[in-house]
Amino acid sequence: MAKRDLPEINAGSMADIAFLLLIFFLVTTTMDVDTGISRKLPEKQDDVEPPILKEKNVFVVTVNRNNEILVEGDTFMTVDKLREEAVKFIDNGGGFGNPIDGAEPAECDWCEGAKDPESSDHPNKAIISLESDRGTSYGTYIAVQNELVGAYTILRNRLSEKLYGISYTQLLKDNKNRPSESMKEKIANIKAKYPQIISEAEPTK
Amino acid sequence: MSKFRKKKKGMPAISTASLPDIVFMLLFFFMVTTVMRETELKIMKPKLPKATEVKKLERKSLVSYIYVGKVKGQGGDKIQLNDRIADVKDVKYFIFAERDTHPEDEIPLLTTSIKADINSNVGTITDIKEELRNVNALKINYSTLTGDVMDNIK
Repeated sequence: MAKRDLPEINAGSMADIAFLLLIFFLVTTTMDVDTGISRKLPEKQDDVEPPILKEKNVFVVTVNRNNEILVEGDTFMTVDKLREEAVKFIDNGGGFGNPIDGAEPAECDWCEGAKDPESSDHPNKAIISLESDRGTSYGTYIAVQNELVGAYTILRNRLSEKLYGISYTQLLKDNKNRPSESMKEKIANIKAKYPQIISEAEPTK
Repeated sequence: MSKFRKKKKGMPAISTASLPDIVFMLLFFFMVTTVMRETELKIMKPKLPKATEVKKLERKSLVSYIYVGKVKGQGGDKIQLNDRIADVKDVKYFIFAERDTHPEDEIPLLTTSIKADINSNVGTITDIKEELRNVNALKINYSTLTGDVMDNIK
């Protein structure tokens, strides 16, 4: 009996309810993407003799507790100069490098540096050593790390541009979107020519 | 001309009947994409440093977060793991717990993201890194914003 004159529910306010929910989700949504500097920590090893290195092949960057940057133990430097100096050091190519795939040690024929005999021999021998203090501020530490990684990016981009006509950053991006064997080979080649060797010393107390 | 005017007069009102459908569509989009924050910050929100050589973190399910920052009214850097303030020594248990929630083959891919405040001490970060090395969790990411590094130093 009652069924007969059941009125239709008014759906006009449905839009209002949906709007309310929509606004709630709009406000609470955070579309943040996590970005950062990726590093790989060295594996824990016991009793490994540190390899003998020539002093000219090591680029020592020291950051003290007052956030001052000292390069090679004698020059104070601001962060914005650091990248340029690191590029100069890595790209120097003043001698013979470590043998690649058992071949004879060869000169760096892709380097465009000054070939100063007092600076690094070869990109695969050039080591950047970062020493920090426990009291250094994290902001400065990240800035220094960023500049050192940036130096490698500059060199890799330049080499990739020369060899393949496309920057290394773009190469990585393309490889992610459409991975292919030839692309992987190119990336590996660039990485081998400018290997990223950043060593971190135990901080001073 | 008179014909034109007549046509204009007869224009019907645009129907709003499909408006709820459109709104619902948007609503579902936002409902699906929304990620509710899993952990509540016990420390003061860390002011992340800026950097230019940043990489995007892919596959968020493989990332575990360590927060470093200050607590209101207390000195020194504090480390937050999950929902509580913890000691450096707890980092390894945190990593073990994270590993338990992932299948065996994904363990080498696990990344630890360090979200540290710009004014933290490097010493605290080094202690965390040392603990991570002890448990062989070697992939790390210093969480940063994209921007000019000179802003970090001011």
